[in-house]
Parts: sequence; C-alpha cells; structure tokens
Amino acid sequence: MVEHEARRVGLLVTCLVDLIRPTVAFAAVKLMEDARCIVEVPRQSCCGQPAFNSGDRTTTREIAAQVIEAFEPFDYVVAPSGSCAGMLKVHYPELFRGDPNWQPRADAFAAKSHELVAFLVDVCGVTRVAARLEATATYHDSCSGLRELGVHDQPRRLLRTVAGLRLAEMRDANVCCGFGGTFCVKYPDISNAIVGKKAANIAATGAGLLLAGDLGCLMNMAGKLHREGSGIEARHVAEVLAGMTQEPAIGLPAIDAADAEAAGAKPTVTKPTATKPTATKPTATKPTGARTGAQR
Amino acid sequence: MTLASHIATSSRFKDNARAALADADLQDALSFVEVNFIARRREVADRLPEFEALRDSARDIKDHTLAHLDLYLEAYEERLIAQGGHLHYAVTAQDAREIILDICRGAGATTVTKGKSMVAEEIGLNDFLEGNGITPVETDLGEYIIQLRHELPSHIIAPAVHLTKAQIEDEFRRAHTHLPAARNLDEPTSLLAEARGVLREKFLAADVGITGANFLVAETGTSVIVTNEGNGDLTQTLPRVHIVLASLEKLVPTLEDLAQLLRVLARSATGQEMSVYTTLSTGPRRPDDPDGPGEYHVVLLDNGRSSMIGGAFRDMLRCIRCGACMNHCPVYHAVGGHAYGWVYPGPMGAVLTPSLIGIDKAGHLPNASTFCGRCEEVCPVRIPLPRLMRSWREREFERHLSPATVRGGLALWAFFATRPRLYGLATAMAARLLGWAGRARGRFSWLPLASGWTRCRDFPAPHGETFQSRWKRREKAPLPRPGHAP
Repeated sequence: MVEHEARRVGLLVTCLVDLIRPTVAFAAVKLMEDARCIVEVPRQSCCGQPAFNSGDRTTTREIAAQVIEAFEPFDYVVAPSGSCAGMLKVHYPELFRGDPNWQPRADAFAAKSHELVAFLVDVCGVTRVAARLEATATYHDSCSGLRELGVHDQPRRLLRTVAGLRLAEMRDANVCCGFGGTFCVKYPDISNAIVGKKAANIAATGAGLLLAGDLGCLMNMAGKLHREGSGIEARHVAEVLAGMTQEPAIGLPAIDAADAEAAGAKPTVTKPTATKPTATKPTATKPTGARTGAQR
Repeated sequence: MTLASHIATSSRFKDNARAALADADLQDALSFVEVNFIARRREVADRLPEFEALRDSARDIKDHTLAHLDLYLEAYEERLIAQGGHLHYAVTAQDAREIILDICRGAGATTVTKGKSMVAEEIGLNDFLEGNGITPVETDLGEYIIQLRHELPSHIIAPAVHLTKAQIEDEFRRAHTHLPAARNLDEPTSLLAEARGVLREKFLAADVGITGANFLVAETGTSVIVTNEGNGDLTQTLPRVHIVLASLEKLVPTLEDLAQLLRVLARSATGQEMSVYTTLSTGPRRPDDPDGPGEYHVVLLDNGRSSMIGGAFRDMLRCIRCGACMNHCPVYHAVGGHAYGWVYPGPMGAVLTPSLIGIDKAGHLPNASTFCGRCEEVCPVRIPLPRLMRSWREREFERHLSPATVRGGLALWAFFATRPRLYGLATAMAARLLGWAGRARGRFSWLPLASGWTRCRDFPAPHGETFQSRWKRREKAPLPRPGHAP
C-alpha cells in the first residue's frame, strides 16, 4: 500500500476483552488511531482457540473461515492478545494446509495479522507514547506472544516512554502463568500451583502494578493475587500505553461518579485511581510508585 | 521382592497430580529441576555460537535416518554380524523380554547388572527377570535408589530427581544394614561412595550386563552410551555377556552424525558440554582385546514405533531422550514425573505415551499442558511437542473419548461462536448480568459452573456492557475524540 495512506485495521477484539474488559479494546483503538490507522470492528465472536485446543478441528475451521471472511476487507488484523494473534498468524494456515480454496486465504490473512504492541512498533514504527503513570510495574511475557510471535522487546520499549513509570523485571517473566485457556479449569490444582509461583515472583519485585499483553493470563494472575489478599493491581499493557488507566484495575470495583468524570480526561492526568487517600500524595514531579499503597 | 509395576496409572493423572502437589518432599526435590537444569542449559548453549545451527542439523540427521530407516537398519545389521554380534528384532515388549530371558538363561545367569535404560523400563524388564529367577541390579545411582524403593524413574535422565537427599540417606541406612549405623552420610559424595562400594561386588558377580543405547551407528555397527558415573562401562565390559536393549529410532547413519548429536545431547540434558563417559561398543571381545564380553547381543525393540514412522507422530521418533522438555515444563515442575503414570513423563511422554499404551489410557497427558511452548523452544531436535499434543487431543475428540462435560460445553459454546450475531446478544446479556452481580466487589470468589476457576482465584466482573455493543453506539453517535472511552 501507499506510504502515506492511512492503514485500515480490523480490530479482533478477542472474546475476553469484549466480555470482561472493553477498556482494553478502546485503548487498542486509541493507540492505533494515534499511529494514524483507521480502525474498524467487524462483527465477530471468537478466534476459535478453545475449539482448536480441545481437538475440535471442524468447529475451529468453521470459525476460522468466518473470521477470515469478516476481516478480508482490511489491510491489517490486529488483536490485543498474543494468544489470539498467534492463533490467526500461526495456526490458521495450519488449519487449512493443503486446502486449495482456503489455504491461500488463510496465508494472506496470517500475513496481515498482528499482535497489538508488535503491530504498533514493528509495522507502524511507533517509538514512544504520550502517556503518564506514576507507578512501578512488572511485565509478564505471555507464552504465545513471546514464543509464537516474538513479542518481548516491543512492549518494554514503549513502556519505557511512559512518563513516571518504572519497570521492575520479575524472575521467570517468560514462564507460563498457568492459565493455558481451558487448562486452568480442567486441571485447576496444577494451574493453581503454577500461578502461585508466578504470584510470588510478581510480589518479589515490589511493583504495585502487573502488566501483560493477554487478558486471559492477567485474569488468572490478578485473580490469584486477589485471592491471596495482595494489593498489586493488574492491567493490560495497552491501557497503560494509551494512558487509559482511569478505569479500576482488573477485578476492582467500579469507581464512583466523580472519578468516572475524570476518567474521560486526557492521559496526562496524574491523579491516582485509588478510591481512598494514600499516605503519600503522588505528584507529577515526584514519582512515588505507591499509587494505591499496593506495594506493601 | 516385588518391583514397581510398569502398569500405567496415566488415567488417574488428576489424582496423581493432587497427591504430588501435597507431597512436601517432592515439591522440595522438584525445585532442583526448575532451577539447576534450566540455568545450566542456558549457560552452556549461550557459550556455543553454533548451538542453534547444531539443533537444525540434529533434527535433519534424525529426519533423514527415519526416512531411510530400512537401509540403515540393514547396514547396521550387516556390520554388527560381521563383527561377531547378534541382532534380535523384537516386535513387541513381550518379544523383547523373552529374547533377553533366553540369552540370560543360555548364559546360566543368576544376576544381571543393568545400565540405565528407559527402554528396559518401557518393557518392564526388571519385574519380568525377577519373576523368572534372575536378579537384576541397577547400577546407575539414581536407578539403584529407585530400585531400592520399588519405584519407577520420575525423569528420563535423572530417575531419582523426585527424592531429597535426606530420603536417599534414609533409604541407604534401611537397605545397607551391613554397614556401620553411625557412618556419616551428610554429603552427596558419601552417598555416591557408599553406592559404589555396594555395587562394586555386584559388577564382579554379574553374569550378564544389560545396557541401553543412546545411539546405534549404522556405518560401524556400534552402540553408544553416555553416562556420568562410569557404571555403564563396568556393566558392559565385566560380565561374560553384554546385551544392548535399544529402540529402533536410536539409529544414526555415521560416526560424524553421532558427533553432531552428542554436541546437542549433553548440553540440552544436563548442561554439560559432554557427558563424563561416552562409550562406543562394537561387537564382542576380539582375540587381542584385554577385556570385554564374550557375547554381544543387540535387542532392537519396535513396540509400535515402525507404525509411527508413516503417521502424524513421526516427529516424535527424532527424540534423543535428553529431558530438556520436562526440565522446562511448568506442569512437570508442579507435579513431577510419577504423576504422568507411566515410563515417559513430561511433554515428550505426553506425546509418546499415547502412542505406546493408547490414547484411551493416556488421554490426560496431552491435555495436561498449557501449550506454553517452552518444550519446543528447547528441544534439541525441534520436535513440535505442543502441535503433537494437540494432534492427540484431536484424535481423542474424533473418537469421542474426551469427557462428556467438555464435549457438551464445547458444543454449546460453538453454537454461539459460529453465529456472531447471536453470540453478540448472548454475551451482551451475560456482561450485563455479571456486571450487575459483581458491581460492588468488582470480582467474584464463586461463580456457578466455574468452580475450577474460582476454587483458587477470583474472577473479575465484566464492566456491564460488551465492547462490541459500546462500539456500535460510538459508530452511530457522532465520533467522540479518538481514544475516548464512551
């Protein structure tokens, strides 16, 4: 396509973001629009991964064909999830291998499909974001994004440009959190043991904020942290990059009306989202990292 | 004495896993795998610039050999026989057991020493020999320990990795009653020395020595073992008869190929550049040799492998049994090897075990994976383990072997997922309902039909409206400022 023409992007919302946390998709839209993309959202359900990983190829193919058709008009398909993007980019071609009608369509679809942050950095050439957040964050590399798509440096590179944000790497950031889609409900005991180790590694960084690129992993880790009584907050990396952190963190109750009003403001707002006053009042000039007193 | 049976408990994987998670000693022991094996492999791989290229080469060598296995088998057999060795083809595990028993009986054997062999575990050789009046003595330290405890190995290269040092010390004090009770066994080296002392007499008394093979070289008719304790060398040189028990995919064409594979094997397995001993055996003792066995037999086991060559699981036959996949597996780290319920644990076991004992018995194994992909990332012969596990799930699904609840749930979900409009309506309703129910706390600690999730973690409450319905409003309304959540 022509260099100066805006990229036309179809957003694959992902079923979890659609149902549980629409903010992530709005953040994705903002980031891509800031990168001069035209973003549209065709009607969609799911990428088919639950069926694929349960061994139901027939249903998976049916869903994949439906997704490929829905996104055919777009230059790019972008998902705010390494796992779903991996499904589109790596596994769709696998599903239709040897099919003379569908293989070329699946291959072309795969070639234009991207994980959100990788798309911003590698395709759109985004080098910095205009967001601010006073916090110390730790970033978890979700498995599919990391190992199927090579998403590792891109989110860290952009996070370093968020004013006020400090990154504290956790031990074994590249190790699975134990979510694994249906795995976490089919083998809850094992999943619990794995996410328990992850929660300990997260806590050991002293960060008050956990970030990752996949809502499934985040729900798993946040759910475990909450169950353990931890005050560490969890957000999708897109929320922070887009400066859309006014919404309460994953699994926290909705903020009151006054705060909701502020939620519409520009992302340069430094007001913490905590509903109760914190001991040290964060200011724009002196980062405290203790947004909600969650660190201790 | 009854040895641990090799009857599979893979169908009870969930119960096995639960017991493993509650076993404090096991959890303590497993941290060794998670910490040490991974760091050592990383370090030694980083030191070798051509390591990734060697992995490609290793994959290609094994692929090539499998594509021409008939030719290389013929070449191997010819060389072996020319050098005075005997080759026995064993189609099934039972065939292999009987061939070995015949050789032992022919040698008038009452005791056999054994080097570490996973294939011997696969065919349940120890139980069988013992049932026929022949005493097998494991000589690898880890195997020796688990033989004392009547257990199966829990790891393919570190059979006793599930035990703490204290447990091993207890076992030695219980078994070695002829030694002074007050002896000091605080150091791992003193445990090793004690085992060596005990085993030394067994080595000298054994009539037959049985080893496995890491590789068989077609060009020279050679069997190769790698060990760190030297026990394999004593097992195969001291007794009158040496039996090599190997599965047929251990074949490689030439010594050059062997050298390439050895360069990735120890690095991937233990993080060593080379194992301490790499021993090549080519036939029985020749007239001028100072030592060696009078008879040299190779028992080549198929046990279903030849039917894998033409099928979906062929890539699995590239496996060189380094254990890197289990060393890097979060599920293995959590539950250890015994939970898998048969001989081969971890990701490689999750693919191989259903091939060998049937997906109906081993269905849990390929399902009990998060598909995190770390196993494939480190496999020295680049076996696509997650893809192969998924292939097993597909077979299970096609044969209606997966649990009815899973199939039912999936069918219901698929009904909506294949109808995006209906899906949108259903999820909008769900979002509203769950959002309303969870608005005060922001999360649920219990949800109907989701106890698998909520038993261990909270579930976040949806915001109340799906993204797609909000987006539709944005499309209808005059466009708000970009990035402004409505």
